[in-house]
Amino acid sequence: MKGTKIKRRVYHLILKYVLLVILFFITILPIFIMISTSLKTRVDAFSIPPVWFFKPTLNGYRVVFDSLPFNRYFINSCIIGILTTVFTCLFGVMAAYAIVRHKFFGRKALLKVILLLRMIAPVVLIIPIYIIWSKLGVVGSRNSVIFSYVAMNLPLAIWISRTFINEVPIALEEAAIIDGCNDLRIFSSIIAPLIKPGLVVVAIFTFRTCWNEFPLALVITDRFSRTLPVAITLFISTTGVDWSAISAIATIIAIPAFIFTFTSSKHIIKGLAAGAVKG
Amino acid sequence: MANKTDLHRYSPYLFIGPAFIILILGLLVPFFYGVGLSLYNFTFTNIRKTPDFYGLGNYFELFKDPYFWQSIWITFIFTFIVTLGELLYGLVIALVLEEDVYGMRFWRSAFVLPFMIAPVVVGIIWRYLFDSNFGIINYVLSVIGIAPKLWLSDPHLALISIIIADIWQWTPFVFLMLLAGLQGIPEDLVSAGKIDGANYFQNLIHIKLACIRNVLVVTAAMRIIDAFRSMVVVYNMTYGGPGKSTEILSLSVYKTGFVEQRLGKASAVAVVLMVLIYVVTSLVFFKSQEDERN
Repeated sequence: MKGTKIKRRVYHLILKYVLLVILFFITILPIFIMISTSLKTRVDAFSIPPVWFFKPTLNGYRVVFDSLPFNRYFINSCIIGILTTVFTCLFGVMAAYAIVRHKFFGRKALLKVILLLRMIAPVVLIIPIYIIWSKLGVVGSRNSVIFSYVAMNLPLAIWISRTFINEVPIALEEAAIIDGCNDLRIFSSIIAPLIKPGLVVVAIFTFRTCWNEFPLALVITDRFSRTLPVAITLFISTTGVDWSAISAIATIIAIPAFIFTFTSSKHIIKGLAAGAVKG
Repeated sequence: MANKTDLHRYSPYLFIGPAFIILILGLLVPFFYGVGLSLYNFTFTNIRKTPDFYGLGNYFELFKDPYFWQSIWITFIFTFIVTLGELLYGLVIALVLEEDVYGMRFWRSAFVLPFMIAPVVVGIIWRYLFDSNFGIINYVLSVIGIAPKLWLSDPHLALISIIIADIWQWTPFVFLMLLAGLQGIPEDLVSAGKIDGANYFQNLIHIKLACIRNVLVVTAAMRIIDAFRSMVVVYNMTYGGPGKSTEILSLSVYKTGFVEQRLGKASAVAVVLMVLIYVVTSLVFFKSQEDERN
């Protein structure tokens, strides 16, 4: 009786780790292939069976830097990502603070609207935004891209910040009110410092969305304001399939994902949970 | 003193103000402008002129177009299989890993990676993997003795390919959500079930799944919304092809607008897409709320 129990335990343990390792390989292998292809020569990238051991070369990266105004696209992606993140965090947390801690006319309706806004597909907005921006004559300007991105990211940012502000003990604010602080002081010296972890979450999610965003950037950027995701698709359609160079850009685009994942996966998981809270 | 209370009364509006204005100008105005556009015959050539009012003409054109219905059908198949597949696969793994696992932090980091990576990159990686001549998938198949397949140029296989890519990208997300839910179940509930003589599956269905029902519903809803919305992976893997066999509705919005250059008609497709997302999501939520009441 005891023996079978231990046996079942051991089977369970083995099954657990086997499944884990399988999932791990399924998850990592495509990414590993992308990185290794970026370090292969153009010929090796096409060879079947795949070459597993090879002398790494930066040729693919050199092709990318030679044939694209790569620096410009990279800087565009950085500037658009960083500025959008700053504005989204600031306005998102401010709005969330008012929604959580103040009573005002239309508060409940506003929450419903924000939840509905999260359903809007970016692809639905590309046509009206393109037409409005071109009527105003600002298609292609970086600022118009940033404005649209802030708008697209605000609903989720407000939603996530809301759960973090809810966790701040209200007694702190009451004490501050008794000490004569106004709302601005409370916001800047109590709320903002206390929800720093929440701000990190909002910042990561916003930056990720902007850095990865494709449909809107495809339509409203021009060759001066183009971002990396658009650059890689145009690179494929103009130069054909040079897989080592394509993998090189793809790897560069994935760098922030690697950084965020291995420095703050805990924050990311927290953000997923906060973003999923309904009602 | 009066000044101070005034400030307090107006401060919520000051805090909400910037976000409110940006949301209205950046989301609501374009959204309703788009709904309006769907009533006009609007093309690239007359972008600066006043377009002709077309009434429901765009919608009539769509409803008569067999490709439009095909596109809706493909969108539903794609969304359904992807959501179901991710929930099942994610649930199995979450159940296995719900107890303590050695090195959980490392595993979790690895599983976060796919949904942090740009969809553009995901589409491109999988296009390379599925390539019929030098893709690794055909190579692996040939090693185990299966004839190579034309993954991206056969209509059925192309749909399967984009489904596999989506499941690859999003199962880790579903797994993490469900794992968090399972770990939140109070332990006495499960052990009480065991004492009452429930076997593994009775325990699973009546206790564990019942406890995480809300998490399941929210996760499913998030995946459904996102599967309806996403066009980027498909754009970069198949561009809707071969023919229109993988042209999901969101990709159809882009192509009708910027390839066919019918901006009004594309807006009509966009309106249909939003209505579908809204209806399907509310059905999922409505059903779950009804269950809660019972």
